[in-house]
Amino acid sequence: MLEYGKKIGLYDSREEHDACGIGFYANMDNKRTHDIVEKSLEMLRRLDHRGGIGADGVTGDGAGIMTEVPYSYFAQHVDFELPEEGQYAVGMFFTNEKIAGSKHEAQFNNYFEVEGLTVLGYRDVPVDTHAIAAHVAETMPYIQQVFVALNDVSLIERTLFLARKQIEYYAQQQQLDLYFTSLSHRTIVYKGWLRSDQIKALYQDLNHADYVSKLGLVHSRFSTNTFPSWKRAHPNRLLMHNGEINTIKGNVNWMRARQNRLIETIFGDDKDKVKEIVDEDGSDSAIVDNALEFLSLAMEPERAAMLMIPEPWLYNKANDANVRAFYEYYSYLMEPWDGPTMISFCNGDKIGALTDRNGLRPGRYTITKDNYIVFSSEVGVVDVPESQVAFKGQLNPGKLLLVDFNEHKVIENNELKARIANELPYESWLSQFKVNLDLENIKYQPSNWDDATLMRLQKQFVYTKEEMDKYLTELVENKKDPIGAMGYDVPIAVLNEKDETLFNYFKQLFAQVTNPPIDAYREKIVTSELSYLGGEGNLLQPNETVLKRIQLQRPVLTEAQLTAIEQSHLDVAHIATIYSGDLETALEQIGDKAIQAVKNNKEVLVLDDRGLVERSGYAMPMLLAVSHIHQLLIREGLRMKTSIVALSGETREVHHVACLLGYGANVVVPYLAQRTIEQLVNQQRLVGDIFENVQTYTDTLSEGVIKVMAKMGISTVQSYQGAQIFEAVGLSDAVIDKYFTGTQTKLSGISIEMIDQENKARQTPKSEYIESGSTFQWRQQGQYHAFNPTSIHLLQHACRLNDYEKFKAFSHEVNHKRTDHIRHLMEFKKQTPININEVEPASEIVQRFNTGAMSYGSISEEAHQTLAEAMNQIGGKSNSGEGGENPQRFIVDEAGHNRSSAIKQVASGRFGVTSDYLQHAKEIQIKVAQGAKPGEGGQLPGTKVYPWIAEVRGSTPGIGLISPPPHHDIYSIEDLAQLIHDLKNANKDANITVKLVSKTGVGTIAAGVAKAYADKIVISGYDGGTGASPKTSIQHAGVPWEIGLAETHQTLMMNDLRSRVKVETDGKLLTGKDVAYACALGAEEFGFATAPLVVMGCIMMRVCHKDTCPVGIATQNQDLRALFKGRAAHVVNFMHFVAEELREILAELGLKSVDELVGRTDLLNRKSNLASRRPKAAAMNVEALLYQHEGDRFRKIEQNHHLEQGFDLTELYPDAQIAIDQGQSFKGKYQLKNEQRDVGVITGSMITRAHGAEGLPEDTIFAETTGHAGQSLAAYTPSGLTIHHTGDANDYVGKGLSGGKVIVNAPNAQREDEIIVGNVCFYGASHGKAYINGKAGERFCIRNSGVHAVVEGIGDHGLEYMTGGRVVVLGDVGKNFGQGMSGGVSYIFPSDVAQFKADNKLASLDFDEITVDAERNVLKDMLEAHVRYTDSLKAKKILEDFENVAKKVVKVIPKDYKLMMQKIDLQKQQTDVLDEALLNAFNDKREVLAPEQQRTAVY
Amino acid sequence: MGEFKGFMNYDKQQLHELSLVERLNHHDAFQQRFTKDEAAQQGARCMDCGTPFCQTGEPFGKETIGCPIGNYIPEWNDLVYRQDFKTAYERLSETNNFPEFTGRVCPAPCEQSCVMKINRESVAIKGIERTIIDEAYENGWVQPKIPKHRRDESVAIVGSGPAGLTAADELNKLGYNVTVYERAHEAGGLLMYGIPNMKLDKDVIRRRIDIMQQSGIRFETDTEVGVDISREALNEAYDAIILCTGSQNARDLPLEGRMGFGIHFAMDYLTEQTQYLNGEIKAPSISAEGKNVVVIGAGDTGADCVATALRENCKSIVQFNKYTKQPEAIEFDENTYWPLAMPVFKMDYAHKEYESKFGFEPRAYGVQTMRYDVDRVGNVKGVYTQILEETDEGMVVVDGTERHWPADLVLLSIGFIGTETTVPHAFNIQTERNKIVADNKDFRTNQPHIFAAGDARRGQSLVVWAIQEGRAVANAVDEYISEKTFV
Repeated sequence: MLEYGKKIGLYDSREEHDACGIGFYANMDNKRTHDIVEKSLEMLRRLDHRGGIGADGVTGDGAGIMTEVPYSYFAQHVDFELPEEGQYAVGMFFTNEKIAGSKHEAQFNNYFEVEGLTVLGYRDVPVDTHAIAAHVAETMPYIQQVFVALNDVSLIERTLFLARKQIEYYAQQQQLDLYFTSLSHRTIVYKGWLRSDQIKALYQDLNHADYVSKLGLVHSRFSTNTFPSWKRAHPNRLLMHNGEINTIKGNVNWMRARQNRLIETIFGDDKDKVKEIVDEDGSDSAIVDNALEFLSLAMEPERAAMLMIPEPWLYNKANDANVRAFYEYYSYLMEPWDGPTMISFCNGDKIGALTDRNGLRPGRYTITKDNYIVFSSEVGVVDVPESQVAFKGQLNPGKLLLVDFNEHKVIENNELKARIANELPYESWLSQFKVNLDLENIKYQPSNWDDATLMRLQKQFVYTKEEMDKYLTELVENKKDPIGAMGYDVPIAVLNEKDETLFNYFKQLFAQVTNPPIDAYREKIVTSELSYLGGEGNLLQPNETVLKRIQLQRPVLTEAQLTAIEQSHLDVAHIATIYSGDLETALEQIGDKAIQAVKNNKEVLVLDDRGLVERSGYAMPMLLAVSHIHQLLIREGLRMKTSIVALSGETREVHHVACLLGYGANVVVPYLAQRTIEQLVNQQRLVGDIFENVQTYTDTLSEGVIKVMAKMGISTVQSYQGAQIFEAVGLSDAVIDKYFTGTQTKLSGISIEMIDQENKARQTPKSEYIESGSTFQWRQQGQYHAFNPTSIHLLQHACRLNDYEKFKAFSHEVNHKRTDHIRHLMEFKKQTPININEVEPASEIVQRFNTGAMSYGSISEEAHQTLAEAMNQIGGKSNSGEGGENPQRFIVDEAGHNRSSAIKQVASGRFGVTSDYLQHAKEIQIKVAQGAKPGEGGQLPGTKVYPWIAEVRGSTPGIGLISPPPHHDIYSIEDLAQLIHDLKNANKDANITVKLVSKTGVGTIAAGVAKAYADKIVISGYDGGTGASPKTSIQHAGVPWEIGLAETHQTLMMNDLRSRVKVETDGKLLTGKDVAYACALGAEEFGFATAPLVVMGCIMMRVCHKDTCPVGIATQNQDLRALFKGRAAHVVNFMHFVAEELREILAELGLKSVDELVGRTDLLNRKSNLASRRPKAAAMNVEALLYQHEGDRFRKIEQNHHLEQGFDLTELYPDAQIAIDQGQSFKGKYQLKNEQRDVGVITGSMITRAHGAEGLPEDTIFAETTGHAGQSLAAYTPSGLTIHHTGDANDYVGKGLSGGKVIVNAPNAQREDEIIVGNVCFYGASHGKAYINGKAGERFCIRNSGVHAVVEGIGDHGLEYMTGGRVVVLGDVGKNFGQGMSGGVSYIFPSDVAQFKADNKLASLDFDEITVDAERNVLKDMLEAHVRYTDSLKAKKILEDFENVAKKVVKVIPKDYKLMMQKIDLQKQQTDVLDEALLNAFNDKREVLAPEQQRTAVY
Repeated sequence: MGEFKGFMNYDKQQLHELSLVERLNHHDAFQQRFTKDEAAQQGARCMDCGTPFCQTGEPFGKETIGCPIGNYIPEWNDLVYRQDFKTAYERLSETNNFPEFTGRVCPAPCEQSCVMKINRESVAIKGIERTIIDEAYENGWVQPKIPKHRRDESVAIVGSGPAGLTAADELNKLGYNVTVYERAHEAGGLLMYGIPNMKLDKDVIRRRIDIMQQSGIRFETDTEVGVDISREALNEAYDAIILCTGSQNARDLPLEGRMGFGIHFAMDYLTEQTQYLNGEIKAPSISAEGKNVVVIGAGDTGADCVATALRENCKSIVQFNKYTKQPEAIEFDENTYWPLAMPVFKMDYAHKEYESKFGFEPRAYGVQTMRYDVDRVGNVKGVYTQILEETDEGMVVVDGTERHWPADLVLLSIGFIGTETTVPHAFNIQTERNKIVADNKDFRTNQPHIFAAGDARRGQSLVVWAIQEGRAVANAVDEYISEKTFV
């Protein structure tokens, strides 16, 4: 069985991810009962759907429980005397052999004794292995307990920690595979590689009535893999964790760098007994546990938790000043541990729960009148009679909830933090000692270089015209990372014949599935660009000297600002990174210099290649220099004493800055790029003055980095620094180990000598001019692009003329003797060929072909329909993309043209995702990421939202649309499982597929996705196309599909999951040969996008984002669309050509069908004749790609989606079926539990099937439910279905609502002020009504486009991205309200109108008053309905005094929306033809209307 | 890029030309540059393609897709749009040594493969190019490029056509001592004597030769290598020799009556006309004045003959075209020709001129010449032809379609078979099918220090290919000499 930390083939166990359901149940009056243990375990069982289950359906991913040490139980059940409660500790541990009675026992005992403790005895923990699968039982360790008398030692935790550490080191040497689940005098942890319902059956102790505890913390794990994970089950010793720490690598590095000092501070003379703080082989959760546990030896755990996972404070001016000061102060001392996370910790005296700044993990709690608390990811996991409820709440983003058993109560966030923040005078320290250099006001100094010098440097660093005109200029002009279109079709750096910069060997990592990216624009409040220079103080000895570091607003500076720092109190050393000999030696030399400098108390090291201005030589790749020095100083224990500045001529792109920061630079000064901006101003390519433009450039680079970080879900620059959120492609393992230690990489590549050669060659100018550059634009003189004039024209001619010979010429052009892709490093082995007639026909093969997801909106209707028609003709599938689809296309026309996309995509914007849309899918694809911009959302600018696009997307013409970076219902793997479940409910006949982008670790993610019951997984290459995406992302994010596909196939095989899912791949597949490679590496279906576009006429203009496509493909402009000449027949020809070429290859390999080739890496060899002129390519090792596992290589088994056991198919639908079919009314009453998810979804889908998009008349099918509704109540329900639920509900109520009605009634009037529905309700809803008689969680009505809802209060990020509909909020809103809201209207009744307006002011929103009667009546009607359904007290109160409503309500309306609605109204007065009116309004580009043209009110 | 959506807002504009009537009175250039504003507007039309096909530079069958020298067309289009002619000129000079030649005489495959040509008129690339270079000359930006360091090695270039001139220009920039040998009286080769003055003003060439001389290049005219100067002398004096002798061996049409007086190669006719205009000869021996002229061959040279004969005030002209007349326009669902030329009917400048004077265009289509009609004293009187028809088996002569065309002057303009043999023989250079054997990578002939480029190597081709070869051969020679010196 596989051990953690091992690699097999491409699989690396360190890439595993997990997520989970967590919860605790406790009595705050310290009453111990067995019932608490029972209920906690029941809670665990009810969270089962959040846990993972292996391919066998029995194996879980891990579960566990923490309780108090059951003193009285142990007193009866150990065969030795135990002291009084609190006088002894219990260690529960796993080993691979029994310790008691072994030679190790004496050693163990000795370590305890050295610390003043006495071992009382050992106990074998009684287990019943019948409960678990046989293969799991085989892996079960010896589970033992050791009882230790404390003997009045003074610092108990510290002493136990020391003993444990020493035993751990001993066990490591003895290879005992020891793991302490807990060692404490207060708490104990029972856990294992179990399903949540197995823990109780395995551990006999837990069933005993004498086993009592005042608390129980439980955890159910969903891991991406199903491998032995006894240790990795939660809870950990101090905490349990739901989520992921994205910055873990940086945190570990920084922790390692500062650990000596911290260990010494705590342990003094005993410091040598503790070698390290964190176990770097542990999972991220275990590492967080290590760190928190360690810090808790020196402070209260809640304070330690605040330090590690701080609230966002920088943009959060509303916080208590002391608390902000506390956070700011500690930002000088430690970077945040950042990621979507919720932790819960317990030391016996206290239980805490904390969500990170984004609050992307749900946490709901209930406090009872008899002082119990239930806290969990969901409500309804412990039955509490409504009469017993004292309070229901939700843990909001960044908040901390603390149960203090000594105070018998919950200490509320603000009180707790204020208390902690007042312990030391942080605020006064900051006001007195914070260094302020006023850098913002230091002007950029124009250079005194002559033009020749500037040009010489630009040439040496290979600045190109393309970069100057289309990167630097655009970046400054538009103040953002420049946008490009179509995919990247240049070979990856290591395969490029041209000399590449080292930066290009690093690909940005991004979040997908197991953690979400974030929206750094709309959710800026959580971000921070702060960075620090100077040595770091001691975290454990807070005092004012800590503040002598210099705080920087941004990590990118100018030379003048650097000079100011040099003139400050910090001691600065410059280390030149110019060399002329060999690079390796030169690196060693600067390493020595750096060490010496730090030893001489230099607090800032400036790695500097500016010397090239005066002298000749080569600049080291700055990234290499920075990472080398960073790693070296960590190893030497010197890193925290200094900081690193990269003063670099090479650095000019956002990606470069991101790399430098990610590998350890604290500050970057891109001096040559700044000089180039100066030059561009002087040449009048940029308007404005030099200072302003350079500043814009510098600031925009910083902001660009924020966006790169956001792709990984990281919010603060500080935690991004050194976090190495990159994957290297093409560097040798030796280079990685030595200079980029810990960086992920799959295939070993070039050596340091080759880096040196390439660097020197690159810095030797080849022409006397500045080169054109050909990164995105093709140039005859430039580098190879897969799509070049020759390949494009051959492909077009071949398909138009149906000329296979021409196609072969095309295929020859792109495949023959080329080494542009990783696949080209391999060749098929010679086999005995068969006659091609024996191979399955092309008509069969083409059914495995799909076209890529291109939204209607990014491409024209003509192009979109042509693809659909072509693919339907051949039995392949086209993909709707994320923009919805015109319902008229669902119907096959009289001529037999079927223009309906077989694959309907569901992306984060949920445009057009209605019940009807989903019904018409053969396959529903969840786009988690897109090759050209993984980890990012999208934006369709208003100028492209033509009326017909708006109609299909359910939005307003001319108003820009945002696809958020994350799916707001997928923050983790168990969320994805839920979304898959939702969509399967919404159309139970469709296959659900999940599209991922290739990156290191995608295989493990894919395994998780397979366990989440996806039917197919798509692995997209990084080179996939886009209609608009930052160039940084097109080029630098993600890796080629070969790596991700092979890893996915291998990992699925290892987990026995490959037989359950299909695997598809895409990314610049052009020929049958390409498909053959993909097939052999593990794909059975294949996607094509750019090639079919080219067949239809695309000539790679790369202007899709500009709406000027001259061949009518990627444009909505009617004049240009008229020029579209693509034909379905041509696309059909292409598909057949590819299939035909694949048949030829199959015949040569002696195979009769595509299935026979899937995963046959044994048929591939590394290419033997990689030409000597391609030394870089020849250095690549591809062995790992070819690793083969035994077992089924393609899908043979259908996934079991467990729909039959669900509420709808067991209860509601059977009851309502006849009524639905006949369109008659039906009313039923039901009781719900949290495990019953997707209530009403299948029933709703049946209404749509029977009655179309229109559904049935309102309230025809009426279900009255009570209790705790599971997730996704009434999702996607159409008109005609009403669900009236009394009680509360979990997340995603009314998601995608398509006309139905949802009422959630508080169980009684007291509950109206509390939360009754969870997070992300009515996400992407398009139509329908909702009445929520209580507060909703975060992100209420996000991307709502038409639902009319009444709710009594909402959490943070309310109405985010909303594009339509009407929302009445009878209460307060949370933070960050209305961000990205571009349509619809909201009426807020806040507790303080003035305060609301002050707190929620946004440039995009108007706060209006209601002046018109008609509008007043609309509002009144909604309130009256709300009262009718829910008896809402608040609504009643407003209605009682409705004449004065204007004083209480704030009408919120997006400005753009209001203007456009007024324009439409104006146009409607001109013409009766609606389409014409809309188009005229769309074309009316006025920014203001004359007062008389402004309609009185838009509502 | 040019103006956003500029291609949707403006139409293509042609260069200004003198009126069809007026220009026939002289041999002056008939075409003029754009004004700066006009050029800017044309530049605004450029879409700055992600894949600029105009830059392709690939031979495809007999055709050329895009610019062989890879002119940075989108880049200078943009600069012209911004009216930054100086930078545009610099950018243009990076790839093109002689934009004033290509801007006047290039058939502009760039325009043919311009992406806009898929469904509208191309960008006026050639006109813009010409305007850039004219602007550069007018502003004195075109200056001799005297190398900073003069090297010891010297190179001889045989032939001063576009390939030879380009190689000379490039090698001189690298510091070599370059001497160009030209057997004619003035340098320029085909540019000087093959192309009539109205298309390429000879002063344009002289202006360039002048600058090249000022840059340090020596021109030895009236010097035929192998005749006036021996192989040994050259071998002795130069580290490398580049043969750019062109492909001037004209293809003959040896039918019955070929020996008759009044049947000439087109190139002889055009050369004499230029020599006459230049004042090198007192009177041309071949004249079209008052004659019925038959031009056999439908190419550019044929058209130049038509234009020249018109200016000589001939009586009539007919130009034979072997192929059937192409359609005026092709109706198509999708342009399956692009980036290749669409086979549609085109009128060259000469044809328009003829039409304006005589009311109909001068070409006859599907015409196969059978024999010459020669009178007893040996003067040509006419030409007998038959009609050719395009069938599945190719062009077939249709019986019973014989026709007599009266002619006092017959000009043969049916291409060239290759380079003349004098120089190859003198240097013992291997040829194959009338071309000097050398590849397009190192350009070396069978003699290690002798290189060949241009039409002499690749066969009859475009000026722009000659420039491309001249640049490439210069690199090859530089590499050769550098290697030799290093060893």
